[in-house]
Order: sequence, then structure tokens, then C-alpha cells
Amino acid sequence: MKRYAVLIVGVAMLATSCSRKSESAPVPKPTAFGAAIVESSGGKQIAQTGSLLPQPVVVQVNDDQGTAVPGALVAFSAASGVTFDPANGLTDSSGQMTTNVSLGGVAGRYQLTAFIFDKSHKRVELKLEEIALGYQQTLGRGLNDQYCERCHNPESTPERVSNYDNLEVKPHPFSEGETLNKMSDADLTAIITNGGPALQKSALMPAWGNTLSKSDVQALIAYIRAVSDPPSQNAGPIYTQSSGPR
Amino acid sequence: MNGKLRSLWHKLFGDSVRSFGVVSIVFLLSLAIAPAKNFFSEWRHYQHGYLKMVRNRSDANTLQRHFQGGIQQIWLPELGVVDRCTSCHVGLKEVSLADVAAQPYRTHPVIPHKLDQFGCVVCHRGQGAATTVTEAHNSTLAWEQPILPAKYIESSCGQCHRGPLPGTPVLNQGRKMLARYGCVNCHTIKLPDGSVMKATDDPPSLSHIADKTTREWIYAWLKDPQAYASTATMPNFKLSDDDARDMSAFLIANSTPATGDTIAVSAKPSSDPAAGTSLYGESFCASCHAVQNAAGNIVGGEVGPELTKVGSKLKPEWLQGWLRNPRVYDARTAMPHYRFNDQQVATLAEFLKAKTDSDLLANVHLDPATPEQIAHGKRLVSDYGCASCHEIVGIKKPENFAPELSRIGSKAVTQLIFLPSMQHTLPDYIAGKIKQPRAFAAGLRMPQYTFSTSQIDALTTALLSLNERSTTLPPSLAVPVAPESNYQPAGKAGKLMTDMACFSCHRINGHGGEMAPDLTWEGSSVQRDWLVQFFKNPGTLRPALIRRMPRFNVTDGEADELADYIMTVYQNPAIDRDSMPLSGYPQGQIELGKQLFYGKHSCQGCHIVDVKQDKGYIGPTLTQVGSRLTAAWIYQWMKNPQSLRPGTIEPNRAMSDEDARALTAFLITQKGGGKQEVAKK
Repeated sequence: MKRYAVLIVGVAMLATSCSRKSESAPVPKPTAFGAAIVESSGGKQIAQTGSLLPQPVVVQVNDDQGTAVPGALVAFSAASGVTFDPANGLTDSSGQMTTNVSLGGVAGRYQLTAFIFDKSHKRVELKLEEIALGYQQTLGRGLNDQYCERCHNPESTPERVSNYDNLEVKPHPFSEGETLNKMSDADLTAIITNGGPALQKSALMPAWGNTLSKSDVQALIAYIRAVSDPPSQNAGPIYTQSSGPR
Repeated sequence: MNGKLRSLWHKLFGDSVRSFGVVSIVFLLSLAIAPAKNFFSEWRHYQHGYLKMVRNRSDANTLQRHFQGGIQQIWLPELGVVDRCTSCHVGLKEVSLADVAAQPYRTHPVIPHKLDQFGCVVCHRGQGAATTVTEAHNSTLAWEQPILPAKYIESSCGQCHRGPLPGTPVLNQGRKMLARYGCVNCHTIKLPDGSVMKATDDPPSLSHIADKTTREWIYAWLKDPQAYASTATMPNFKLSDDDARDMSAFLIANSTPATGDTIAVSAKPSSDPAAGTSLYGESFCASCHAVQNAAGNIVGGEVGPELTKVGSKLKPEWLQGWLRNPRVYDARTAMPHYRFNDQQVATLAEFLKAKTDSDLLANVHLDPATPEQIAHGKRLVSDYGCASCHEIVGIKKPENFAPELSRIGSKAVTQLIFLPSMQHTLPDYIAGKIKQPRAFAAGLRMPQYTFSTSQIDALTTALLSLNERSTTLPPSLAVPVAPESNYQPAGKAGKLMTDMACFSCHRINGHGGEMAPDLTWEGSSVQRDWLVQFFKNPGTLRPALIRRMPRFNVTDGEADELADYIMTVYQNPAIDRDSMPLSGYPQGQIELGKQLFYGKHSCQGCHIVDVKQDKGYIGPTLTQVGSRLTAAWIYQWMKNPQSLRPGTIEPNRAMSDEDARALTAFLITQKGGGKQEVAKK
């Protein structure tokens, strides 16, 4: 019997020493408990599949009075393929916890869950959504930046002043799901290819059919669907922890 | 114990019939192992799962009809592809499965290539021939190649596509960075077409460095370049105090004076305290140079070095000489010769001298250098390969200074040494090397860069594209990139254009920068009088632009010389400048053009003709277009703008001849009439 025990221990030691996986950092011990968790920044960002979100995700833990709680343990989870750096940690002196997020390898929407346990060990969750662009949507984003952005995006940058405010008839920002989700792919194709008048809309929207190729227009529509808020039915599933790509 | 065994042996092999029976059963069982393994194989499990999932869908019939059971294979001998991935990834080609979240059943996202033509491993790596998940996706003892993580996937596009693609921003950025950050100054990268990747950074010559700056500044810079300018290209070599002391001693001792660049200007700076700021602004220095503002943001262009602390670096005499004519010190500099007068030189020099950081050199106290220190400094300068990037008198550019990276993307994992906490994969190794190069062994010389994670990912992507497949690709599959032309204009005008560094911003005949408009067809496009005026007093054509053409203080003779050359040489063969008049169009046609401008084509969305009512901010202001452009150019632009400027965002409207003529007539009447151009918002 003793011999078996020695053998088992030996095999177990061999197995652990051969394993290449780096050990995950130990979960820190919380010094305080919050009652609520809210988003500070970092939701609804756009990145290419598999890559890092441009800004970190920052969440804040509050107590039941709404005051920030330092030292509370926050953990993140999402569909497999999404990585958090770090995946858990204690809130800092301003009650915030910051993590860098890389999205999964399949294009689509990823639901991130940040959660805490309150004093009575009840789980309190915050859900955020981020958008991963695949090849076609990335192509569309490039075209959007070049041809569409300056009229369709009311936000301007110092480099590219927005033309939105100068237009008599206001264009729809591409995130405006309320309107754009009601338009079929065929309608969007028609208006991009043949201009506003094709759907009895303003001639300020020019016809791009001779400038952009058919696949360009499809890429642009794929991008518009991907960034729409609320999410478009045509953009595919939303990946959550339980229904993610394996 | 022994007795029991013996009786068991007797029961099984007691006589020949029994032993025959037992051996037969064992034999049959062993024969059944193979079919059983096949029956319980992973791919069969996934195919069953697929059929089960499909059953409840509305398009079940179509999907079931498309389904083929058994091991599937894509075989492409010329690419060396034997891919059985579609045995488990059953729904890859089913467009309707885009809404499926569970892998391996989802349809493949839209890409420009067909699965049957390229297979899977060409892009995703992994082992195509394997039929289990672990063997196909992971690196095991028998298989070297794991699946490529999604963030590096664009590297696979780069195996065939040698130039930038609109759909591969990460790869494009990584390739640019390899050239821009001087990686290829030390590491040779032979491209599959036989050429060698060239650096695009412009490290200054150190042969006359003592003219330009002090030993103390060199010391501080060597210790930490980013402390001087956070945007500095030079990486941190992590030098010890003594090494930095000796290297700075050598560089100063080794420097020879450049001829004629340090003659002090006798003129006094302007007495107006705001003169320096406004001259800096008027000269559009910020189009190329950045400065950190009070809020900590870096504002300005990236063509020249950051100037936030330039006053702590430059010697006043050198700065004046540089501002008067930079080409005296460095004949190849991207900086234009502004032709400032002496007072302007003094004013601007004083303005820049004030940009100092008192902390930068506060703790630098260097004793005079000893010959031993200088000799040691020289050895260090050779050892660290400084001459790979910088020209240094007396030190030859080292060859093969660092490992060649032409096939780094195929390097075998067994040849790599990993850090303790690292995943054992090639991409992780490359990214780790860029992130902390000195951590891998003692005595390594690769410097520390300050790249962000996404920049490291981009560089890794570009390096992974340099692999065995990219070098052994069938030539028919390679998509080459047009080599950068080395066009140079000729004659006196050509000299002027070099002197004013036109090519730092403008592109002509495939050569030059991309900040300002391409001038290849400028002679067909503009009227000569406008061009001459523009040289003397360049205004902005686009209300929303913040980077502009500086004023170069050209003489009348120089403006004429340049205008003549541009008007004669830079002509588009498809346009006869004189084929359409600049005035005298019938009123009816002009009126029709106006209606088309505001109605059918709604040009006012992007352009301004009437400053009172039009607000378009994207295209050039057209209030004076009739004095600027030729009618023939406007007409051709209406017909097909991309034929004149590939990539312009002016939509091609496939305009009828009549419309194009009417719009030309309307626009050519917009002569400005002394009215001011629209004020900046």
C-alpha cells in the first residue's frame, strides 16, 4: 500500500512539473464589501477580433449609500476566448478596479460580467458589452473612416472636424440602431449605391455606387450592423459566458 | 496467490481447444480496436452534434442535404495543404449558420478567399492533417504548429500580400513600424521578392554632434531618451552611468566641426514678445513637429522630432544656423529651407530656446573625459551597434549585427528559450522579446522600446508573416507591391523643390510624403497666376484642415521658376488645359450648373460657394475656384475624379456630359471677386 502511495505522489509530482501552464495569480483577500457595482468607463468599445480594447474597462464598487468602497474584490468573466488582465482584483482607493480586456477570436458582441459578493455573500453583477470586428467589418470600418465618418459622426476630432452640424438634413450616426435596424440590407445597399433620392431621402447623401465596389458596400453594411446600438438582429449572436464560442 | 494463478492458467490454456478459443477472442478483440476507435472518434461526435443542432432549424432540409459524413479533406498539393478541419467544422460554408454561437459549427466569416482554394492552415496554422481537437489545435510533441491566435491572424494575409491591404490594419501598422523604428537597421529582413526591407526612420549623423549639443545632454539622452521626449524613436539601451559617461565622451571627442553652420546671426530678435509664437504658428512648424501642451497631450506632426524640451538640447549658434538653412548641416534633411531673414531666425531661435526643462540636466555633472574613458566609449559605441543607425566618423556600419529575421515566423519552438512564466509558442516568444528583450539572457544588447501592447501585437503580426510559406510561395500566388519610385525633379526648379523639401509632404510620380495633396497632375489642374500667388502667400483651401502649407519666403524669380516647371512638366496626358475657356459660358448653362450644384448633386454638403449660406466643410472651398482651377480639369474631375486622384473621397457620379459642362460653367464663374475666403470656424 505504501509503495502505491509513493508511486501516486511521484506521478502527480511529475504531472505538475511537466505542465506548462503558468499558475494563475492567487485571488486577493477583500478588505471590504460593497453593495453595488457600476461602470466607470470602457463599455461599448470596438476592437478587432482577438485584440485588446483601446481603453481599459473600469468599474466602481459602491456601498448601499452610493459611496465608493476601496478594497472590495471584483472578478470578471466572459465567453471563453476573452481574456482579462487582471481577471480579478481589489478596488483602489477611489473604489475602482481597472482591467485590460482582449476580445475573443470570433467576430460579434461579447458580454462581459463584472461581479462582487456583498456582505451576505450574495453575488452582484454588472454586465458590459464590447464589439469584436471580423475581417469584413474591419474593412467596413476603414471605408467608414475614409468616406462616411465626417458627415455621419457628430463627434469631431482635432484632425477631422465633423461636417455633421453643417448639414441641413442630419445624417444618421451608424450606431443609431433605432433607425438603422429597421432598414433592410437591400435598403441600405440602395441608399449607399444610388444616394439618398433612391429612398426619397436627401440628395445630400451622394451615390457611392461608382466609387465603392459591391463588396465594399457589403463590408460597410456589415460594419453598420456590428456597431448598431441597440444590437442588430443581423449581426449574429451575443457571446455570453454560457453561450460563447468554444 | 501462486496457486490461484496456476489454476487460472489451467482454466484458460489447459488444453489446445481452450487455448485456441482464448487466443482467437484476444485476436478478434484486438482487431476490433481500430473500428471502435473510429466509431468513438471526436469528429464523429461533432458531426452527430451538428446534425442534432441542425434538426430543429427552419433550414434543416438544406443543411442536411449539404452535409457529408466521414472525414472531409481539402488537398492542395502546391500549397502543401492537407486539411481535415472541415470534418469537425461542418458548417463553415453554410451562410445561414452565422447566428450560431457554438463552435465548431458556425459559418466562416466573410473573407475574400474561397475555403476550397486555400484550405484552413494557410491562414490559421495548426495541423491540418490531424483529426482530433488537441492534435489539430495545440502544439504537441509530434506536431510543432499550434493554431494562430486571432489577434495575429493578419500575418497570414502578409504571406502572399506584400503590400498594405485595406482589411489588414494591424499588419500594415506592424510593417510600417519595422521600418519606422529602425528594427531593420540592425536586423536584416530579406523580403520574398529578393529585396531588403529599408528603414524609414532618419537617425541623425553623429559626426558633427559637438556642434549641435552638449556632452551633458548626450549623457542624459543616452541614459533615457524618453525622458527628453516621450515620442523619441531612440530606444533605451539601459546603460550604466559609467558607460553613458564614456560614450558621451567619445562622441564629443570624435565629432568634427561641420563647415559653415554655426555663424551667429547678428540681428536681434523681434521686440514683440509674441513674435516667436506667431512665427512658429505662421510657419506651420506644428505640421511636422509636436510639442507637449499644458494638459500633457502631444500635439503636432510626427515628421520631425518633438520640440517640447528642445531648448535644453541645442546650442544657440547651431539652432540659428539650422533655422537659416538646415541643408548646410544635413543635406538630406526633411526640414525645408524657409529662407527666413536674420531677424526671423533670431526670433524663432529665441522662442525655441525657451522650451527647456530645468530638471533634465540638473543632476548631470561630468568631469573632463580621460583618454581611457574615450577609448572605452569607442568600444561601447561599437559593441552596442550605434553605427547601425547613426553615421559616426571612424566607425563602420556593422554588418549582420543582429539575427536576421527573414524567416522568423517559422522558427521552431524547440530552438527558442522561453522565460519561466511564458506560454511556449512562437507568437508569445516574439512579443515577449519585443516587450522585454534584456530579460531573456544576461549580456543581450537589444534595447528597450516603449511600445504599447497593441504596437507589440502589430510588430509580432508583421514578423509572423515572414515565414517559410511566404518565401516558398508559388509565384502565381504572390501579390507584389509596386516599389517606391525614386523620382527626382530636374534642373533649377528641381533644386528649389529639394531645398524646400516639397517631397516631405507632397507626392509626385509615386515619390514623397502623404500629408499634402499629390502634385503629379498639378500643371493640368491649376492656373499659373494662382500658383505664383500661392507660393508667395499660401492660404488654406480646406476650412477644416489644421496642417497647412508654410510660407517659404520665395523671391519672385523663384516663384516663376517653380510655376513654369510645374505648369510644363506635371501635366495629365488626358487633359488639354486650353481646350475649355476660363470665361464666356452662356448664362443658361451657368444657371443650370447652379441648379445642379444645389439640387441634384447637392455639392454644398461638402463645399462652399456662397459663404452666406453654404457650410460644407469637407472639400476645398470653391469661392475662388474659377481663378484657381482650369475648366478642363473641373470638367474631367466631374466625369471621374478617381482617374485624376486615385483614392479621393469625391464620389464618382458618372455624370452626363451635359451636367459636367454646366457645373464647369457655374464653377468657373466663381472668381472670388476680392471677397474673403470663409473664416475658420
